[in-house]
Amino acid sequence: MSLYNIFDVAGSGMSAQSLRLNVTASNIANANSVSSSAEETYRGRHPVFAAEMQKAAAGQSESIPVQVLGIVEDQDPLRHEYNPNHPLADKDGFIYKPNVNVMEEMANMMSASRSYQTNVQVADAAKQMLMKTLQLGK
Amino acid sequence: MAISFEKALGVSQYTVGIRSKRAEIIASNIVNADTPHYKAQDLDFASALKTATSSLNSSMSRTHDKHFSVNSTMDDGLGYRVPNQPDTGDGNTVDVQVERNLYMQNALEYQSSLQFLGGKFKGLNLAIKGA
Repeated sequence: MSLYNIFDVAGSGMSAQSLRLNVTASNIANANSVSSSAEETYRGRHPVFAAEMQKAAAGQSESIPVQVLGIVEDQDPLRHEYNPNHPLADKDGFIYKPNVNVMEEMANMMSASRSYQTNVQVADAAKQMLMKTLQLGK
Repeated sequence: MAISFEKALGVSQYTVGIRSKRAEIIASNIVNADTPHYKAQDLDFASALKTATSSLNSSMSRTHDKHFSVNSTMDDGLGYRVPNQPDTGDGNTVDVQVERNLYMQNALEYQSSLQFLGGKFKGLNLAIKGA
């Protein structure tokens, strides 16, 4: 019954979006995590989404859930700042700040939470359709 | 005189199935709204109904693991949506607003198909009980 597949599909979307929200939260939380070398500095993280095509390609079902392939680190250059009075400054007086753009992350957060809500509504509508189906003929 | 369910239920028995299939496809579109390179799909109701009502679909049974699954179907109506924005930057063609509206519309159509089907059952029930 294909209506049950909607729960799987919407569930995959909800878990993907909550992971995205999670990653965004880490990025915002660590936006000001200063460190004394470029290697130790926190880098922005981004999830990579992909459509799960295997079942659909095999013709078994129409639904195409979303999957998270992995999380990649942002390769943008880190911000370094001359601040010799900072306790974490290296021997040349530089501190390193993450390459997280807080504005970008806020937009990301809003997009993720909206998408999550949309997925919940999709599952809810599917639930109503199924409930109506159960009452068929009454 | 035997009652044929096929004839008694008419077209609504197929429309419910097609609409639940379409709900699944549109839900996939909404879920993949943030997936790069995903192309939105949709079901053409007319050709899907034509395929469902004509019993021309056939599939061969697999008696061995290494057999391919072969089924010959007519056009099942599945196609890709023509995006109204030529480029969104990541090759995704899902317009969430459009998909949400279509999903809602499809859910209502599903429920009305269900009402028609339920009406058929009620009629049959009345014919059996007679009161």
